Amino acid sequence: MSPVASLSAVEVAYSGRGTVLGPFDLALTEGEIVALVGPSGCGKSTALRLLAGLEQPSVGTVTRTPERGQTAVVFQAPTLMPWADARANVALPLELAGAAKDKAHDHAQEALKAVGLENAIGSKPAQLSGGMAMRVSLARALVTRPRLLLLDEPFAALDEITRRNLADDIHRLWDQTRPAVVFVTHNVEEAAYMAQRIVVMSANPGKIAGQTTIDAALPRPPGFRTSQVFRNAAEAVSHDLAQAMGQALVPSR
Amino acid sequence: MNRSLEALAPILLVAVLLGLWETACRLTGVPAYFLPAPSAVAAAMAQDWALLLGSAWKTLSTALLALTFASLTACSLALIISTNRLLEKAVQPLAVALQVTPVVAIAPQVVIWAGLAHPDRAIISLAVIVAFFPIFSGALTGLKSTEPDLERLFDLYGASRWQRLLRLRIPSATPFVLEGHKVAGGLAVIGAVVAEFVAGSGGSQGLAWRILESSNRLQTAKTFAAVIVLSLMGALLHGVLQASEQAILRRFRGR
Repeated sequence: MSPVASLSAVEVAYSGRGTVLGPFDLALTEGEIVALVGPSGCGKSTALRLLAGLEQPSVGTVTRTPERGQTAVVFQAPTLMPWADARANVALPLELAGAAKDKAHDHAQEALKAVGLENAIGSKPAQLSGGMAMRVSLARALVTRPRLLLLDEPFAALDEITRRNLADDIHRLWDQTRPAVVFVTHNVEEAAYMAQRIVVMSANPGKIAGQTTIDAALPRPPGFRTSQVFRNAAEAVSHDLAQAMGQALVPSR
Repeated sequence: MNRSLEALAPILLVAVLLGLWETACRLTGVPAYFLPAPSAVAAAMAQDWALLLGSAWKTLSTALLALTFASLTACSLALIISTNRLLEKAVQPLAVALQVTPVVAIAPQVVIWAGLAHPDRAIISLAVIVAFFPIFSGALTGLKSTEPDLERLFDLYGASRWQRLLRLRIPSATPFVLEGHKVAGGLAVIGAVVAEFVAGSGGSQGLAWRILESSNRLQTAKTFAAVIVLSLMGALLHGVLQASEQAILRRFRGR
């Protein structure tokens, strides 16, 4: 299958900090969910920004087939406009692309229904809980029916129950249009639950330290968190991560 | 109980201080031109209330007009400057230099430029100058204080410069602009009063003129009366601006 987006031998260097990422390769195929796991500062979010086209690599090539508006990002914080209600926040990508306000708002309303927020359509971000605000952010990302969905630690500020509910919601929504998804996380179990492929990264500079593929259905069946497949995957990722952390502590030659 | 005590506390303090002041004046027999008793100040206020109210309205309307001019010019200039980094760099040192120059220092020259026969023009110009900077720096800071991830979102969806300005930067700047107006409101009154002092002419019959006139005649009770009206007017303007700011922000944020 042809890749939706790929990073080929990319490196990212910042003045004063040196190389933070690379050489790094990653190819995403249609409908695939990939998790990027690694210690803080390993360049996960940088890789995500490269895929989104929000940043250019210092070296290497970024290939992206989705057109503008077909890539969506969910940030660590909900990143909503505090002055706009949930519907206006979700309608933003459509309106920026030139859609009429009425039409954009109709689509936004549908997207909010899909994430279970039909009763919060007119609420402003300050009136929403953390989980609800993150759902609005997810609705905004999905309203354009993206081919590439990039999730940058979207559960970081949420409690365990909200995380689990949102993880299932993401799978259910992904199943409707099957975009390629990159999911950045610190959490091994979360990665094993969310993704079909888990890429573990080491830091200084960020490189691939290991990969694990999970051969199990998506969306996850009930009881998947207690299955042997899940446990094996989590163990393999933990092993890669431990190695990655060890490597990160070895001084570079 | 606690709440009513909290509300009463400042009133009680003022009452006690006034009582002490009145007693001290009566016991020491200090001359009224040096320190009039509160009762004398109250009598002066009662006697001149129509004149004082007229002067207060003159100063207040000058301050409000100045605030309107300052708001329009400061917000427009901040908008223009925020779109061009080079322009911002060029204007910033000049803005800081003007901001730190005391209005009293430039007032005499402004009075000359406005024409000695038109003290009103000089007074409004000086009040505009004083009120301009809090709004300008608030607007400029606000226009540049957008959340970086929201900026990235607008990048991602290919927002035009115009869309970014109207849908992101101006709404983001709103709380800063409101705060700037609140500060500028108080400064506009100060600017108007200082300018009236410097213009020093009966052509403007604001509260500063009442203060000048009465102090030149050693009618200190009348001076105090005018100062009290000025303080009450400033507090009222501040209260109105603060309430408006809170109401707008509540509507803006939904709570």
